[in-house]
Amino acid sequence: MEFIGGKFLQVFIALAVFAAIIGLIMLIVDRAPKSVRDKLTIVGFLAPAAILMLTGLVYPAVQTSFLAFTSASGQPNGIDNFVWMFTQPEALVTLRNTIIWTILVPLLSTIFGLAYAVFIDKARGENALKALVFMPVGISMVGAGIIWKLVYDYRGPGIEQTGVVNALRVALGMEPKQFLLDAPENTIFLIIVMVWIQTGFAMVILSAAIKGVPVELVEAARLDGANPWQQFRNVTIPGIRGALVVVLTTITIATLKVFDIVRTMTAGNYETSVIANEMYTQAFRAGEAGRGAALALVLFLLVLPIVVYNARVLRQQREIR
Amino acid sequence: MKNRNYLLPVAATGILALTLTACGGDGGGGGGETGNGDCSAYESYGKHDGKTVSIYASIVDTEATSLETAWSQFEECTGATIKYEGSKEFETQIGVRAKAGTAPDVAIFPQPGLMADQARAGNLKPAPQTVSDLVDKNWSEDWKKYGTVDGVFYTAPMLANVKGYIWYAPKTFEDKGWEVPKTWDEMMDLTKKVADDGAMKPWCAGFESGEATGWPGTDWVEDVVLRAQGPEVYDQWVSHQIPFNDPKIVDALNKTGEILLDPKYVNGGFGDVRSILTTGYAQAGQPVLDGQCAMHHQASFQAANWPEGTNVGPDGDVWAFMAPPVDESKGTAITGGGEMVGAYKDTPEVQAFLAYMASADFANNRVKLGGAISANKGLDPNNGQSELDKQSIKLLQDPETVFRFDGSDLMPGAVGSNSFWKGIVAWINGTPTKQVADSIESSWPKG
Repeated sequence: MEFIGGKFLQVFIALAVFAAIIGLIMLIVDRAPKSVRDKLTIVGFLAPAAILMLTGLVYPAVQTSFLAFTSASGQPNGIDNFVWMFTQPEALVTLRNTIIWTILVPLLSTIFGLAYAVFIDKARGENALKALVFMPVGISMVGAGIIWKLVYDYRGPGIEQTGVVNALRVALGMEPKQFLLDAPENTIFLIIVMVWIQTGFAMVILSAAIKGVPVELVEAARLDGANPWQQFRNVTIPGIRGALVVVLTTITIATLKVFDIVRTMTAGNYETSVIANEMYTQAFRAGEAGRGAALALVLFLLVLPIVVYNARVLRQQREIR
Repeated sequence: MKNRNYLLPVAATGILALTLTACGGDGGGGGGETGNGDCSAYESYGKHDGKTVSIYASIVDTEATSLETAWSQFEECTGATIKYEGSKEFETQIGVRAKAGTAPDVAIFPQPGLMADQARAGNLKPAPQTVSDLVDKNWSEDWKKYGTVDGVFYTAPMLANVKGYIWYAPKTFEDKGWEVPKTWDEMMDLTKKVADDGAMKPWCAGFESGEATGWPGTDWVEDVVLRAQGPEVYDQWVSHQIPFNDPKIVDALNKTGEILLDPKYVNGGFGDVRSILTTGYAQAGQPVLDGQCAMHHQASFQAANWPEGTNVGPDGDVWAFMAPPVDESKGTAITGGGEMVGAYKDTPEVQAFLAYMASADFANNRVKLGGAISANKGLDPNNGQSELDKQSIKLLQDPETVFRFDGSDLMPGAVGSNSFWKGIVAWINGTPTKQVADSIESSWPKG
């Protein structure tokens, strides 16, 4: 048990160092002359967070950027990794799939979530109905992947089906289908899983936003003779624009990073790979750290404009208020 | 600033850190004290009282306990203390530790590639003469070759495992009057006979294994390359002296495809050819027991995949024969794997330990504990704890047997644990053989 004693000592030393540094910062800030005290206070309290940010976020990001221009053995190789990414058929499939994912998932999740939120608004048992759709949000993506893999499970014709969907198909007199093996529709079957998860998220946010639309506006529109569709189109939608942007961008970012579902259900085989999955595969399984870093960089560049857009819209909203 | 409120978060952080680090302790612990006190066999290793040998390996849990038990008497008799540390992160950590100057005294490598990297980096010490002599005496040349890098012998083999078994139900074979095939052609005849009989499909297979999906297929192909093209071509293939899309390799793939890609022959109990890809490798053998499939190709560890209570033996519920040779005159060739014991230090106690690990005594002590076999010729096959272990030991010890390491373990990671798996998956899913071989070849790292 000697190592526990050692660990205790380590923990004790770490704590002492931590307390000493914080104490020192406080002491310096406290004793500083009045003229610089404000500035020193700001620096003193921001520095620890800033240092952690730099070492934990900025430094790895910069290193990854450099890594993206090196070969598997660590030698600089110019833009070879990017040439590989945009010329190799399998890498191109990855990019294509990522685009399909990022278009379909946010769109479908938001449409389904919005429709559901509108239809159950003020309905009886609204909370229970909401909970039903929200539940998948609480399931981890790996869990969801495993569940749906079983749902899509396949056995040959004449053998008892173990997957729900194929059992239904056979009951209806159709042939069982290998849902996950046939490109390109297998990507759609994976996307369904993500939509299943994200619809609940979209629904909850949008439902709350709908409740925030002033009742007077809706009533005024009704008195003016607007039919339900017109009320929805011209009153509700503008009223929840901010929430819609947040939902769409959040889901888009989550979709760009999608990894767990693909890895659990197909491991990127059968032309279903996406950037995040390929990044992991190249960096950690194939030992091609440079290619993995290049993919990570592209992923970052794809996410960046969405984050910027999200921030800008939020700021505009604040200015309007 | 004068109050002491900050002490609370500090204390909280401290407790958290404490819990986290306490959980991160390494496994291991002392071996059991099970020696019988007879130290006569250990005299040659000398006395090393107060000395410690640290070992680092990828072996954990019960397997690690068995290892520690197997060398406990060595500790008792020589006075040396063996400090074992097992970690599943071994393969990434050993390189880091060697670089950082915190290498263990002895490392047990799960595959030759990693060991060769360490030897070429100048980290490993060449094996002492005593160990080299012991390996000459106890192992075949094939095994010694895998411990040799650029002409220098570094590591003695430890334990072994055997791939390429074909599992079947003896009762079904008896009822139907089928014979265990002696050659590949006989096996193909039997395959056709089973298919014509119509009671079941001749083969069942499952390559699904999460992100490693496809690996059981690489075992298939390796077995066929070794048997149909011989060990020389096999060596050239895994070391990339011939390209992956060489006609000989494409031929071997096609020969494998005669079974795996024929919807008449696969996939008993699961469906068509492509259902191989969605069937988990651990479940794939089940139809053999259920009478829905006649044969299933899988390594010796398949013995643990059968449901509890399944009797594995020549007269039991399931039994296995070694995939037969294509050309009988070339003798038996088998693929498999094994660990290798290498040293980062050359102190007397480390050398004594290496000599013990290469000895027949260690092999017998370890194999007696069950769950392991060795190719050590000094090992008594009757020490094998199951019928299958005994059969595997006999196969490994047979001087006629050609042994080759699992090829995908010897290839670079970009091929052996990525494009080869993916290639097999695409191949079963309908991509033509030549195209698959071309694509794997193009993924082979340059330079």
